[in-house]
Amino acid sequence: MPEEVVGKFEITMLKVLDVDGNCDETLKPRLSDEVIKKLFELMILSRTFDDIAVKLQREGRIGTYAPGRGQEATQVASAYALNDSDWFFPAFRENAVYITKNFPLEMLYEYWGGDERGEKIPDDFNAFTVAIPVGTQIPHAVGFAWACKFKGDKRAVLVYFGDGATSRGDFHEGLNFAGVFKLPVVFLCQNNQWAISLPDKRQTASKTLAQKAIAYGFEGKQVDGNDVFSVYKAVKEALDKARSGDGPTLIECVTYRMGNHTTSDDASRYRTKEEIEEWAKRDPIDRLRKYMKRAGLWNEEYEKRITVEAMEKVQKAVEKAESVQKPEVKDLFEWTYSDVPQRLREQQEELNLSLKERE
Amino acid sequence: MVQLTIVQAVKFALEQEMERDSDVLVLGEDVGINGGVFRATEGLFEKFGDNRVVDTPLSETGIVGAAIGLALYGLRPVAEIQFDGFLYSAFDQLISHAGRIRNRSRGRFHVPLVIRVPYGGGIRAPEHHSDSPESYLVHTPGIKVVTPSTPYDTKGLLISAIRDPDPVIFLEPKRIYRAIREDVPEEDYVVPLGEAKTIRAGNDVTLISWGAMVRQAMAAAEKLKGKIDVEVIDLRSLSPIDVETVTKSVAKTGRVVTVHEAPRTCGLGAEITALINERVFLSLKAPVERVTGFDVPFPLYKLEDYYLPSINRIIKGIEKVASF
Repeated sequence: MPEEVVGKFEITMLKVLDVDGNCDETLKPRLSDEVIKKLFELMILSRTFDDIAVKLQREGRIGTYAPGRGQEATQVASAYALNDSDWFFPAFRENAVYITKNFPLEMLYEYWGGDERGEKIPDDFNAFTVAIPVGTQIPHAVGFAWACKFKGDKRAVLVYFGDGATSRGDFHEGLNFAGVFKLPVVFLCQNNQWAISLPDKRQTASKTLAQKAIAYGFEGKQVDGNDVFSVYKAVKEALDKARSGDGPTLIECVTYRMGNHTTSDDASRYRTKEEIEEWAKRDPIDRLRKYMKRAGLWNEEYEKRITVEAMEKVQKAVEKAESVQKPEVKDLFEWTYSDVPQRLREQQEELNLSLKERE
Repeated sequence: MVQLTIVQAVKFALEQEMERDSDVLVLGEDVGINGGVFRATEGLFEKFGDNRVVDTPLSETGIVGAAIGLALYGLRPVAEIQFDGFLYSAFDQLISHAGRIRNRSRGRFHVPLVIRVPYGGGIRAPEHHSDSPESYLVHTPGIKVVTPSTPYDTKGLLISAIRDPDPVIFLEPKRIYRAIREDVPEEDYVVPLGEAKTIRAGNDVTLISWGAMVRQAMAAAEKLKGKIDVEVIDLRSLSPIDVETVTKSVAKTGRVVTVHEAPRTCGLGAEITALINERVFLSLKAPVERVTGFDVPFPLYKLEDYYLPSINRIIKGIEKVASF
């Protein structure tokens, strides 16, 4: 008997806007001029937030910070595609996602400034907290999507992670569950080319990360992650699909981490100037600007105005974050259990006593 | 009243809670059609359907991680991890997330999930099927750990665990799943988390144990009747621990033996010894003695009877503190 072909697959890559800002109008998602400007302004705001965060860290005013520079198109456009009823589960570099959904900027600075209160997500804000251990948030998003389905609620869940996460068991177990139970979840892999010092080609022998979805029985696709239109289109379609009960999607956004892994990292140890320059030409903000200029949506005065506005917002947020009183001692003990157990209460008293003695 | 074994009491509690609250669901490997490898979920699939009794892929991280997500949405997932030794691959989810989410989000989110784990040795099982992982869990802030030793406590503790707003690891002593049958009320009742139970009063020595070792402890106490008057405490709740019941008893007897299956070093016996030292040191008439598993991996079954604390070893421990 000849061997028969029992499976075949292909992976596509979506590109709407090229590096020079030329747009494939047949593929362009329906976005009003106002929305396009809004996306641009959110990218400017996110980058301003990011640049200032790095400065604050250098000045010792916040702790270790993971910059998102270069990933604004992926983060802003994907977050913008979420409905009000949808939820997102971030990793730890998704500040632009929070910003797009109008999360209080000062809380982000509070969090990176070492204060858990910055992660007390407002009650009406549909997002989960930062997850530092790589990929561990994937099963949470899957369980959450499962609960939506269980309750018959029409919601989709968007979960963010990077290329490094695709090597972890949590990725496999999460995607496998999602496929088996056909859950309303969208897996958004930000392939920013580097997991600290490891390039994505050493992360896997797969040609793409998107094709990993095939093994879990659902659709995977690549998109140009530095193009807001591609990202918005792919994520919007995947979220709509999830909400209508047609199951999960894996979207690999091909992008680039222009900064260091964190402020504790020095990326010049492992990547070349040439590479950085090459990717700088594909900067997501420059690209949209080129398009907008051509479409008559941009001029220097506009850019100046929104840049000033972004800086004002960010500075106000920094002031607010820095004026917040240090958490009280009891804040250390209050939140681990629903009721503070006796032995923990005693530990709190022990600390209180030692602080009093010192006075 | 109905006469039930421990494993039947597990099922009884699950069934009643699932009837009471439509947000309670059961998930795990082979828990559906098969009713669980120990039959702890037998009949639930037929009664509640595949939406609420869910056979998952073989995937401990997926089970615990997804259960966290289910709980975040407000459901009450009860996950089964088939054997103690298979819980380890889900530790990242337990330690890095289940125990920290309330704290990390300053109370915005919490994780009301239960993870049921058949645990402990003495059943002639292959490797990785006989471990007692309680110390790893008790050491982890933010999660609660309980283990019953009777059918009555099994039902009452499991109901408490399901209703508790925090993640609870429910360790089931599989060795005695079917060893005891006793009257269990048909109606709803709870055994509160955090409360130990003095199951035998005595004045000479306090014997503290939990899970399958409680029976061994009781047998040792009975054998010494007339010679040494042993008080036996079934700890039941390993985290949070019932400090008062322990210290009151030690204040009375001044002599203590702890008994557990887990290896000795950093076992829960060490923590109990420390808390006794901190609180009732002046009542002590002898150093606290530990009768435990040894600091080796749990052996295959030809050696397991040497590994597990035997009645004789417990008696020796009691005699040692009594004659100090």
